[in-house]
Amino acid sequence: MKLNGAEILINCLLEQGVDTVFGYPGGTVLDIYDALYRNGKINHVLTAHEQGAAHAADGYARVTGKVGVCFATSGPGATNLVTGIATAYMDSVPMVAITGNVGAAMLGRDSFQEVDICGITIPVTKHNYIVKDVRELAATVREAFKIASSGRKGPVLIDILKNVQTEQCEYEPAKPVKTVHRKVEPAELTKVVEAISASKKPIIMAGGGIISSESSALLHEFAKKIDCPVAYTLMGKGCIPEDDKLCLGMIGMHGTLAAARTLIAADTVIALGTRFSDRVALNRDKFAKDKTVIHIDIDNAEINKNVTSTLHVMADLNETLKTLIPLVKPAERKTWFLEINSYRKIGEEKKDTSILAYKIISTASRLAPENSTLVTDVGQHQMWAAQYYAVNAPRSFCSSGGLGTMGYGMGAAIGAAFGSGRLSVLVTGDGCFGMNMNELMTAVSQGVPLVILLMDNGVLGMVRQWQKIFYSRRFSQTNLNRKINYVAYAESVGAKGLMIDSAEKVEPVLKEAFAYATQNAAPVLVDCRISCDENVLPMIKPGMTYDTQLEKMEEN
Amino acid sequence: MAEFKKYTIGALVSNKSGVLTRISGLFARRGYNIDSLCVCATEDPNISRMTIILVGDEYMLYQMIRQMDKLEDVKKIGCANELDCVYRDLMLVKVSAAPEIRNQIVEIKDIYKAKVVDLSIDTMILEITGDPEKLDAFVRVLEPYGILEMQRTGVTVLARGKHTLKDRDCYGDEEI
Repeated sequence: MKLNGAEILINCLLEQGVDTVFGYPGGTVLDIYDALYRNGKINHVLTAHEQGAAHAADGYARVTGKVGVCFATSGPGATNLVTGIATAYMDSVPMVAITGNVGAAMLGRDSFQEVDICGITIPVTKHNYIVKDVRELAATVREAFKIASSGRKGPVLIDILKNVQTEQCEYEPAKPVKTVHRKVEPAELTKVVEAISASKKPIIMAGGGIISSESSALLHEFAKKIDCPVAYTLMGKGCIPEDDKLCLGMIGMHGTLAAARTLIAADTVIALGTRFSDRVALNRDKFAKDKTVIHIDIDNAEINKNVTSTLHVMADLNETLKTLIPLVKPAERKTWFLEINSYRKIGEEKKDTSILAYKIISTASRLAPENSTLVTDVGQHQMWAAQYYAVNAPRSFCSSGGLGTMGYGMGAAIGAAFGSGRLSVLVTGDGCFGMNMNELMTAVSQGVPLVILLMDNGVLGMVRQWQKIFYSRRFSQTNLNRKINYVAYAESVGAKGLMIDSAEKVEPVLKEAFAYATQNAAPVLVDCRISCDENVLPMIKPGMTYDTQLEKMEEN
Repeated sequence: MAEFKKYTIGALVSNKSGVLTRISGLFARRGYNIDSLCVCATEDPNISRMTIILVGDEYMLYQMIRQMDKLEDVKKIGCANELDCVYRDLMLVKVSAAPEIRNQIVEIKDIYKAKVVDLSIDTMILEITGDPEKLDAFVRVLEPYGILEMQRTGVTVLARGKHTLKDRDCYGDEEI
């Protein structure tokens, strides 16, 4: 049948099983929005800003494992997506961003709202396209989805000229191409199996690859069989239940004491779907010096990029673990766990439970409805959430790990709620919330069940903490000095506003917040007044080694 | 710091606009330097062949190959240093050649098996092909006469024997 480009796009999205799109209309996507309207089968979520749409598509993708889709118009609409695309790129989130551009006759003439979005997004996409011929549109959209969701996943951008949206051509429906990963042969793993049997004190470092390859169950089976402790990176949170006896909690700059000490004592590091980022490896040369490092990752470019591995397997984790598990010998490591448990004990004793943020976040973790999604922004609250909020299932945690995007949370929480169909709990700070608080309007319009725990300390807490440690308390531009009334703001946009300003209020207010958000499918903002001098501990300074982990603040 | 060496990366890439930007961006982002770059269409009009000379260490070489391999537009990639290869570079060089020194230049040209492709009253354009070291030497010998301008194509490489870039093994997902 003959369709115009905009109709072909909508049909191709339906082919791919797209049910929800986040976006914002404008001049060069009018035809796409018209086709969307006439078709009526795709739910479109109108955000307050394109950045919110990109983060929402990201949150949707992280909780569903499907490709998140966002729309924006040319020029500023397209550039507003860039931070969201870069966020998805750094965390390997499958996304297809679709932008309009001016017509072919106007292209390259610095026309109104014209920008070279393909040029801009080359370094932050897996691939991108500018579609200048309607006959290439369907194939391009199909290929974009394939690229976004195969191998190491990531964002793809398609820029569609305005005239392409109106020109017609023959449309032939097609089934989406599924990619299958290559099988891993037992012979490839011989040395890995030997190294695992030879190790006395192994540790598994589980990264975001476990989540994106849907390998949580296999990870658990593997760790149990070889009786090996598991520390997860921020991106891996949710890959193993937090109360599992093998789980050490998070590893990295603000990881647990147990994970750090276990790593130091370990003889073998089994790194699964993780890239040894500087926030995890810290000092990449000394991180695993004198240890056997087994690195399994789907991305060839990650092998030996940051930390040199002794052995590596470049393959999909799910396929690798399927082949590996039957090959490894069951083990029982009583003395190793005796040692690990002693670290856990010290860790528990030294945990700073006096801070109000701890009480709020750990109570929220206990009271939140089952299956809700934890979403965070970036900063101190993000680390507290990672430390104190139990995420026991994969795909129920969204956080900007690689790019560290302040302002990520509101959009992602909305997208996550659409993807999961359940409540999102957003832990944010007043710095981050200030960046995209306009999306609270979206959450209200869309009836999103959302509890926002706003860690309101009046400062940019993480930057301030670094100013304390490294800059002799010169608090340059980290005091926000804002006069905003967050409860009134929430109420003014039609959300519910609550406040916690003392330890006694934590439990009753959180109960009220969760009950309200669940019963009314509506957002609730809880202004949590915390002290500006609550710190994130433990901490390892950038570039330092794990044996220098700080348990108390050390000010310069 | 490891010793820097010259590495030759060969790649078959899609023959369309923007591909060069994607690849050069990868180098620029890491602060790696391209010493020479040569791109041209191949026997297949959809495919271009790119030869890049990278000055760096082994870590930089493998990072670049692996990062480039991830690009959709890069079909095949390899490092020529692993193989026995023929390297050729072509150069045009314009030298000052007043009538009284013309003979000296012609003599040099003969030794290097170069050709005279243009002659004016006081200049001469020479064309030479050969491996890059030969061209470097040729430039050094001509320098005292005054090089007015020069242009090199960049290094082109083919492996000896039956090895071809397009037959190299490639890792990837299979489609069903």
